[in-house]
Amino acid sequence: MTDMKTPLAKVHGLGSAKDGTHHWWVQRLTALANIPLVIFMVVSFVGNAGKGHAEWVAWLKQPLVSVLVILFVANFVYHMRLGLQVVVEDYVHDKGTKVATMVLITFACVLIAALSIFSVLRIAFGG
Amino acid sequence: MAQVKRPLSPHLQVYRWGWHMAASIINRATGVALAFGSVLLTWWLVAMATGHDYFDQVQGYAGSIIGRLVLFGITFALMQHLAGGIRHLFMDAGKLYELKANTSSARLTFVFSIVMTIVIWVAAYKVMGVM
Repeated sequence: MTDMKTPLAKVHGLGSAKDGTHHWWVQRLTALANIPLVIFMVVSFVGNAGKGHAEWVAWLKQPLVSVLVILFVANFVYHMRLGLQVVVEDYVHDKGTKVATMVLITFACVLIAALSIFSVLRIAFGG
Repeated sequence: MAQVKRPLSPHLQVYRWGWHMAASIINRATGVALAFGSVLLTWWLVAMATGHDYFDQVQGYAGSIIGRLVLFGITFALMQHLAGGIRHLFMDAGKLYELKANTSSARLTFVFSIVMTIVIWVAAYKVMGVM
């Protein structure tokens, strides 16, 4: 039987890519994880308010603190990347500008995560 | 047929302001503001890893009048985004859609963020021995 469908119609018939809710779900997952991590960060900032370099380093060197700060950075950067994407999709309508903005945001997010996590590791391992 | 210029989402200019609308928009605005705040956190961590002198310099910027104003703003943004985010998680679970609960929970996010911002700053000043 000859297939009379256009290429576009064939693609339409394939259904969704099965990841329609992934972005939504991960944004909620990272939001949930952010709750205890943000509380930990705020309590730490208040508890160490006004402290000098040596005391801050001693705080960050504690294994549990190093891990929690790294988890916080990784988690909030992921959440931030997803959130900013939604904002861009809502307000930037030109396709070229939209793609360029998202590429820039993604690069910036990765840079923020890399710089922060590397700094924590450097202090944790006694740089 | 003539094209009618209808208002586009997010309809800021056509709807009357309400607490639910304010909470929704502020949640997005604070989220974007916190993205800028994340650059400051990174700068601070890099400064700590760089060494004593540079860290003191950055701490000096943070402790200046402008630095404190920015940090105060970030504290409020963080608390508002936290409360707004938790409210959204309840809404994702199908709760808080009744008009009354929706409005009062929206108002509650502002009460929470204002109170928490003050509590955090008073506590920090107490730790520093300034208050």
